[in-house]
Amino acid sequence: MEVIFKRPEALTATPTHYCPGCSHGIIHRLVAETLDELGLRERAVGVAPVGCSVLAYNYFNCDFQEAAHGRAPAFATGIKRVRPDLIVFTYQGDGDLASIGMAEIVHAANRGEKFTTIFVNNAVYGMTGGQMAPTTLSEQVTTTCPMGRDTSDVGHPIRVAELLASLETPAYVARVSAHRPHDIVAARRAIRKAFQYQAEGLCFSLVEVLATCPTNWGKTSSDAVEWLEKNMIPYFPLGELKTPGDDSVAGLTEGL
Amino acid sequence: MPRVVIKRDSCKGCELCVAACPQRILAMSKEINLKGYFYAKVVEPPRCIGCRMCALTCPDVAIEIGVSGAQYNFFEE
Amino acid sequence: MAKRLMKGAEAIGEAAIRAHCRAYFCYPITPQTEVAEYLVRRMPEVDGVFLQAESELAASNMLFGAAAAGARVFTSSSSPGIALMSEAISYIAAAELPTVFVNIMRCGPGLGGILPAQGDYLNATKGGGHGDYHCIVLAPASVQEAVDLTMSAFELAETYRTPVFVLGDGLIGQMMEPVEFKEGVVNPPPERPWATTGCKDRDPNLVKTLFLDPAALEVHNRKLAAKYREIRANEVRFERYNMDSRPETVMVAYGTVARICKTAIDFLKEKGHEVGLVRPITLYPFPHEELLAIARDEATRNVLVVEMSNGQMLEDVERATRFLKPISFFGRQGGIVPAPEEVVRELELLAS
Repeated sequence: MEVIFKRPEALTATPTHYCPGCSHGIIHRLVAETLDELGLRERAVGVAPVGCSVLAYNYFNCDFQEAAHGRAPAFATGIKRVRPDLIVFTYQGDGDLASIGMAEIVHAANRGEKFTTIFVNNAVYGMTGGQMAPTTLSEQVTTTCPMGRDTSDVGHPIRVAELLASLETPAYVARVSAHRPHDIVAARRAIRKAFQYQAEGLCFSLVEVLATCPTNWGKTSSDAVEWLEKNMIPYFPLGELKTPGDDSVAGLTEGL
Repeated sequence: MPRVVIKRDSCKGCELCVAACPQRILAMSKEINLKGYFYAKVVEPPRCIGCRMCALTCPDVAIEIGVSGAQYNFFEE
Repeated sequence: MAKRLMKGAEAIGEAAIRAHCRAYFCYPITPQTEVAEYLVRRMPEVDGVFLQAESELAASNMLFGAAAAGARVFTSSSSPGIALMSEAISYIAAAELPTVFVNIMRCGPGLGGILPAQGDYLNATKGGGHGDYHCIVLAPASVQEAVDLTMSAFELAETYRTPVFVLGDGLIGQMMEPVEFKEGVVNPPPERPWATTGCKDRDPNLVKTLFLDPAALEVHNRKLAAKYREIRANEVRFERYNMDSRPETVMVAYGTVARICKTAIDFLKEKGHEVGLVRPITLYPFPHEELLAIARDEATRNVLVVEMSNGQMLEDVERATRFLKPISFFGRQGGIVPAPEEVVRELELLAS
């Protein structure tokens, strides 16, 4: 009996605290599979954010640091600058990266810090119980926009991948999704590319991964997958927005 | 001949695998696991084609898949 | 050892290099940007890391990442910048990371001004961030002492695995004075087995400050408290000036203000009026016992605290002396440096 699917070595056996159907578990596995496949686990250092995935350090079988809210890119900059031989990645949510940590991610990307960011966009603040995030969609209901996000009052959701792809320096910026098997396979390809570019010492790489949050969206896991497909993907189109050697300001490319 | 093993107590009953299985051979058990969830199980093992869709979409790495003999690769990594 | 005439900010940068520090993360802010301008050239000469961050907040978080990855690191800033670093300093203290923060204080509050002041005493000694933590705080009164204290700051940070402040006022950063860099004062950084350097041949390391289990967090707090008790027991440093004659009036001042008080003391000594001075060198741990002894000495009639602030160390002096003797305060703010004559006049008022 040949095993063709099992828990990657870079993932611990610890059961996760994530809610049933939450994409974090899938995305953790994709990153862990990549670390195994590229043989990077033993020199990897992950930086966990503040958010649902703060406890990521319990689930990854590699060195980890847990950052202050929004500061993971600064932590990763510090690590990578003093130890360029290490493979450094941040794993962040949308509140952590695009709200309090926006300055950190934009400047780390713009300096071309040679680490990889896995940016999980589930359009709400998960850990604190479903508040409006910078990526909350127009008219989407959350606990801090109970009548639905009013873009005339608090503006439109931020497209982080496009924002960072408009910078000259970053080498690889892609947006993928983890809601259906087909997309999960494509997401893994993008994550592998991002880590490969880092292993080659190329430049900054970021993969934005659209994710479900059944609990705070108030939906079953399967309904959440449908909601993501119908609502998030049209506003946050999937694709590789910037690839190495692509110096021009990137438009949308269907490269996956 | 593929074989799907669902770790009963790792399952959180999210049912994503049930929706993902093209063969429609996964269903939720009537009993609950240690966590109190109705866990997923393989209803007709012989009809499994080893496509790994269930394992791919499981957020809790509760599904392991083994094969003996030749196995068609539905997607290349 | 040849002496070199150097500006304080640059001397501090060189001191860090001599203390085997190989990573500096910074953000420009008057009156200490020259540390960065010096190190941007000097760090590459020793294969060190120099990085100007997008903010002091980011710089201090880079310090966390780099220190937790095993590097000897430091940053320097000035009052408003240090305020932005307060969150990271709390995290660094909680994670017990050896780090050095140089604060060349400027007048405040708010944007304030760019002239010297001592208004960050409470921020540094009581902890500007959240939670129960302390930093060792060293207060140089000259450029030479800034060099020596910066070097020993790295040693203390490593020994106690804690953030250490070098707290100078704007004068320390901007003055030029002859300095020498003593050899062999600081050991190279020891191995940090707990650092995140890649888990090859060992279990993964984790550097974190989240403790969801209250019992575990209390144990951690008690561990930190024990560290601070040990620091208070072992690391108190101060200077006594003209105290042998057990003068009636004793001044307490630190940093460059203490030098101004010494000038006033010398001036009055010539006129047969004896005044003494205690200069705390470590603001944390504060020299409580020394000041209590002075307050209990019958010869001591009163204490005069002099600061470039509205009286912050004053609170610790009151606590240390337990109000056994009358305490008066003389301070200038806004970046104005008190002149020796002003201190003399205060002392004469006290004596009358």
